[in-house]
Amino acid sequence: MIALLIVLIPLLGGIFSFGTRANKKAADLVFMLFTAGLLTLTLLGLTIFNDPTLYRFSAPWLSSLGSSFSLLLDPLAKVLCLLTALVYFLLALYMNGKSVQKPAAFYGWLLLAQAGMMGVFLATDGLLFYFCWELALIPMYFLSSIWGGARRIAVTFKFFIYTFLGSVLMLAGLIYLQSQTPDQSFALSALLKVKLSTAQQSWLLWLFLPAFAIKLPLFPFHTWQPDTYEEAPTPVTAVLSAVMVKMGVLGLLRWLLPFFPLAAYQWGDVIMGLAVGGIVYASLIAWRQDDLKRLVAYSSIAHIGLMGAAAFAANLASLQGLCFQLFAHGINILGMWLVVDVIERNLGTRKISELGGLASHSPALTFFTIIIALANIALPLTNGFVGELLMFTGLLATKSNFAWVLTVTAGLGIILSAVYTLGMIRSVFFGESNAVTSRPINLSIQEQLVLIVIVVMILVFGIYPQPMLDVTAGYTDQLFRQIDISYLFRKF
Amino acid sequence: MMFSGIAIKQTAVLRYLAIAGVMVLLGLNTAEMQGWQLIDIDTTGMLQFDAYALLLNAVLLASLLIYLLLSGSAMERIGNNLSDYLALLFFIGAGMMMVTAFESLLILFLGIEIITIPLYILTGSDKKNLKSNEASLKYFLLGAFSSGILLMGITLVYGARGSFALSGVADTIRMSSSLMIAGMLLLMIAMAFKVSAAPFHFWTPDVYDGAPTVFTSFMATVVKVAVFAAFIRLFDRSFALQFNAWQGWVAVLAALTLFIGNITAVFQQSVKRMLSYSSIAQAGFMLLAVFAMNTMAKEGLLLYAASYSLATIGIFAVLSRMKDYSFEAFNGMASRYPWVAAALAIFFLSLAGIPLTGGFMAKFYMIKAALGQSLWLALFALLMAAVSIYYYFRVIQAMYFKPVAQSDPLAFDNGFTGMLLGVAVLVIVLGVFPEWLIGCLYF
Repeated sequence: MIALLIVLIPLLGGIFSFGTRANKKAADLVFMLFTAGLLTLTLLGLTIFNDPTLYRFSAPWLSSLGSSFSLLLDPLAKVLCLLTALVYFLLALYMNGKSVQKPAAFYGWLLLAQAGMMGVFLATDGLLFYFCWELALIPMYFLSSIWGGARRIAVTFKFFIYTFLGSVLMLAGLIYLQSQTPDQSFALSALLKVKLSTAQQSWLLWLFLPAFAIKLPLFPFHTWQPDTYEEAPTPVTAVLSAVMVKMGVLGLLRWLLPFFPLAAYQWGDVIMGLAVGGIVYASLIAWRQDDLKRLVAYSSIAHIGLMGAAAFAANLASLQGLCFQLFAHGINILGMWLVVDVIERNLGTRKISELGGLASHSPALTFFTIIIALANIALPLTNGFVGELLMFTGLLATKSNFAWVLTVTAGLGIILSAVYTLGMIRSVFFGESNAVTSRPINLSIQEQLVLIVIVVMILVFGIYPQPMLDVTAGYTDQLFRQIDISYLFRKF
Repeated sequence: MMFSGIAIKQTAVLRYLAIAGVMVLLGLNTAEMQGWQLIDIDTTGMLQFDAYALLLNAVLLASLLIYLLLSGSAMERIGNNLSDYLALLFFIGAGMMMVTAFESLLILFLGIEIITIPLYILTGSDKKNLKSNEASLKYFLLGAFSSGILLMGITLVYGARGSFALSGVADTIRMSSSLMIAGMLLLMIAMAFKVSAAPFHFWTPDVYDGAPTVFTSFMATVVKVAVFAAFIRLFDRSFALQFNAWQGWVAVLAALTLFIGNITAVFQQSVKRMLSYSSIAQAGFMLLAVFAMNTMAKEGLLLYAASYSLATIGIFAVLSRMKDYSFEAFNGMASRYPWVAAALAIFFLSLAGIPLTGGFMAKFYMIKAALGQSLWLALFALLMAAVSIYYYFRVIQAMYFKPVAQSDPLAFDNGFTGMLLGVAVLVIVLGVFPEWLIGCLYF
């Protein structure tokens, strides 16, 4: 029931929001109400209404095709749904009081996107998963193309077609898998039981991987990302970066690794190499960026690269770090995007070369930004550190001949992230201020609230991460047993 | 119908008469599906209305009905002979009923001719337009040529089999005689001509583009579906034993059609021409059903027929009310006519194969049917579907993201908009619950 509500509430909210075309204030209110409601529901569902029967929902849908409308709130979904609900609520709080063109349509599309993304996180039926995967894309397409920057139409189109291409390959793989199940079912449990040879696993892996690699994005499938993130309106970029990316990670963890463990081991070196190479590549480019949005975009590619490598490292530490980092990265990157948005709204520019000396005039903003930036660098005491430490431990312990090489290269990436992030801080916040930046940025109450919440979460989860780790502990154990090579061979 | 034109001069009355006629036919068809035989004519085994044929007929008649409801008024502007146009449409309808249910190759030929000859007339019905005349002549010449090939193929198969019936007695004996194979290949070529499969598609863009938009709508949807039904019925019943001989050829046809249709459509500057190439590309997908020839394929063809017809009829209905067929003519339509734009967006999303629309479910069935036989063809078809997104979304982009162009206001009255939205809702219903349609096969 809770699972169904998690999808239904944003869906209804989205449709509702389109109806509030006449009244600007009504659109703001609807968005705030629905996001707050969803967050409350999710929090309650994870804490008080802890009953597992509420976490399942199943309804018959296309029985002749073997597909049913089934949702399940397993621990991974719990983390992601909580993240999505929180990100959206913080966004609603942040956007409160800010004007946006055609708010009814804007918030409506955002809520519909949320419904699609929740569907992806919760689906345990292959066809439903594919449906929601595609459907989450359409609102993003409209959002970026209508409210975005100068080159928005071409850039978003490229994003859409690129992602669709990946998804379509995944569809072929899914249909093939389904045809191999004894009862022609799309259910996750049935698909997991299909026995595949290593060769079959290999080509199926390469059918499924592009969809997730493009979504993450993993080098070299990342070329759509910097442009799309730059041209989209910043709240949309925040959603893309904080939540949509996690769809790709969930795809890897739930719809790829358990199905093709042997192939994942066989190709693990290649894929981890690409991911880790991507970290260094993206970090180097981020260092050279002048535009704040592009810098954060490339920084996001770097972080995601580490997450991708951790997924294929396939040991307990890396998986636990990955699950933790899902939440941490979401919060941190949301913070970064909101800071960029604040700077752009108030000073009218995103170019680092035109900024400088913000610290002396806007101390509050500087304080928040520095903490968020340090979380991005994974400094101890921040949540970024916990996740990345675990992932590095896992990367070093992976069953590969190149474990050391991979870890050292990834470490290089972390050093570079410190370089470009601190370099950005120095150029933007310290140094000489000019005519543009000597205007003080006064954060509104809503903006302060949002940034305080983010900073508090960064510090709290950095100092006491155990509760979050406990949520996914059982899940990562089970996942590890499904994908670890030595465990699998021991069984036989 | 034809003769009513003498007595009745008001076009509206003629239209309603036609619509009523189609409804009666649809009602009779449904009755037949339920098993009530109102009129029993002994067709000496030449026609066999099995469940699949009846359901296809229902889909065709329903598409015809929706077509008349949406595009009926646009027909009046072409010439003075509305009653004749409507009569010709009914004649084509008769041909379609024959071609979905034939049991004898002679009836196949008869049905194809009854479908195409009125179409030659309709293509050229805009008498003052040079393009229309050219299209009609081109269609006639190439159509006659392909009918000749059809006849030759039938003759050879008769020579090999000894009878015109679909499943002849002599089949097992002379299964792969060269006479049989030759006849089969000629039949395949002729049917490929008729459904505009590459490399026999060259008549399609010019004919579709030259014909009045109203009739292009009919040709590209209802007629194409009917001929596909004939194609599948022919090869399923008649050449089932020679499956291995012709499956490879159909795969080549499908791949070529998909490739040529999609790639050429990308470069079009006129929406009408783009839709003609898109119909070639969609035919490529439907050929996957002929390639696979299993239950999933036949169910998928039904679904494909319904969703593709609805979407294309809707799009053409809007197009026939516009004077300018370029992509720029659609600029900013969402701000001026939001509901029409929304319906059009749903139609284009369905043609592109986005989930939640009937078009996705149809493509899904086709891919599922084909995947069991050939992974590569299925992957290729999916890749081509991704290519098709480019040109379908160009219209959506023009409607929603480009500023409004200064042009004359278009005539979309409330009734039309309401019906268009109804068709759009139907497309979505087919996309979420396709079993409601397919289940009718098995009641």
